Amino acid sequence: MRTALILLRKDLRLELRTMETVPAMILFALVTFVIFHFGLNRATIDGQLAAGVLTATLLFAAMLGINRLFVAEREQGGFDAFLLAPVDRSAMLLAKAAALFLFLAALEVIAVPAFGLFLLGPSLGPPLPGLIAVLALADLGLAVIGTLVSGIAVQTRARDLIGPMMGLPLLIPALIATARGAGPLLRTVHASSAPPGKWLAILALYDLVFALLAYAVFDFLLED
Amino acid sequence: MPSTTYGKGLRGLSLATLAIIALALALVFFYAPLDADQGFVQKIFYIHVPLAIVSLCGFIFGAVLAAGYLRTGERKWDMRSYVAIHMALIFGIGGLITGSIWAKASWGHWWVWNEPTLVSFLIVLLLFATYQPLRFSIEDPERQSRYASVFAIVAGAFVPLNFIAVRLAQEFVHPRVLTLGGGNLPGSMRLTFLISLVGIALLYVTLWKYEMAAKNARSQVRRLRRTLLGDDNIRPAGRSAAPS
Repeated sequence: MRTALILLRKDLRLELRTMETVPAMILFALVTFVIFHFGLNRATIDGQLAAGVLTATLLFAAMLGINRLFVAEREQGGFDAFLLAPVDRSAMLLAKAAALFLFLAALEVIAVPAFGLFLLGPSLGPPLPGLIAVLALADLGLAVIGTLVSGIAVQTRARDLIGPMMGLPLLIPALIATARGAGPLLRTVHASSAPPGKWLAILALYDLVFALLAYAVFDFLLED
Repeated sequence: MPSTTYGKGLRGLSLATLAIIALALALVFFYAPLDADQGFVQKIFYIHVPLAIVSLCGFIFGAVLAAGYLRTGERKWDMRSYVAIHMALIFGIGGLITGSIWAKASWGHWWVWNEPTLVSFLIVLLLFATYQPLRFSIEDPERQSRYASVFAIVAGAFVPLNFIAVRLAQEFVHPRVLTLGGGNLPGSMRLTFLISLVGIALLYVTLWKYEMAAKNARSQVRRLRRTLLGDDNIRPAGRSAAPS
């Protein structure tokens, strides 16, 4: 646990000093909103369409972070140093997933209000608590699966290609649950105040299963 | 190298496969009744559904074999897992194409989004399509086996999860023909279907064994050539997605 915290602090410090990942993700998300505005030719969107646009944008922005997650480790010999240290290897999974989760949270702090400002028809205030619950669970799934996929992809030659190719299909069920959970919150009329429990439960279950799975197999990605 | 001979019993197995598939085809065309509202085209069901089921089982079989590799570290498990997944992919593509033909004939569209089984199947296939590129882009053979095995296990576990999630996403679901409770096929159709399923499953096992035997023989020949001719006179193996 202590190891994971140290690794997490290292990753956050690295990000704060270089500003390599999160600003890129935010800019990417903003540009994607503009593209959706022109692509859909709509000034405002609501309901399931809005939920889909938001989910897809966040997913693709997350892919940028996922691709970069282990790059410093690989290029600067972080893996070797970590393997030399007599520590539990699962700490790496925990630290990287936590870092990715925080990156995603930082992205959403900017991107969701921007979405409310640019594209969303109904006001963002009332659905916000429900949206936060859905997005928190979605971020958990993105963080776990993203770390696993990134850990596999970083050792390949075509890592920028392998990561999204493998990650996107694995994330589809989480994506379905996120979009369908957020849809009813963003309606202009008859908006529900709480996200459907069914989708929250599916999302939580999906996160749990993949967290256990990642915990079980991650050690094999680190031994050399 | 223990001389595991995958060729053992292969002749008998091939003949049995051939006999069962011939029997299944005979039943499909001469015994099973014509479907009341779909007519003749419904008969593709006896090929399409077994192909899809065998392909999904093949993916899970590959995941189990991959777990064997991670547990033992022996290359032969990775080879088995590779062949299982690669065969399942071929069967899966066959299932997707026959499914599309059936959809066109009975629903009028090549592709329908409100059929959860079809959509889940496509997602699983898209995921497993990454398996070969992943292997191909890792050069170190030992690492290639390890990473491919981790991927195979994750993707194998994904198969049932994905089916549940996609099923839940549909508000409107077609009637289930095959359920755990026995389904609602008339007896003659069910018999034909079960025999087709056994035939396709046997075909999968036979092809798996053929490919294992071929890969095994190739690596043995290579080893013999190396001992007889010396390392310098053998061309180095080209980079490949297949384990060597």
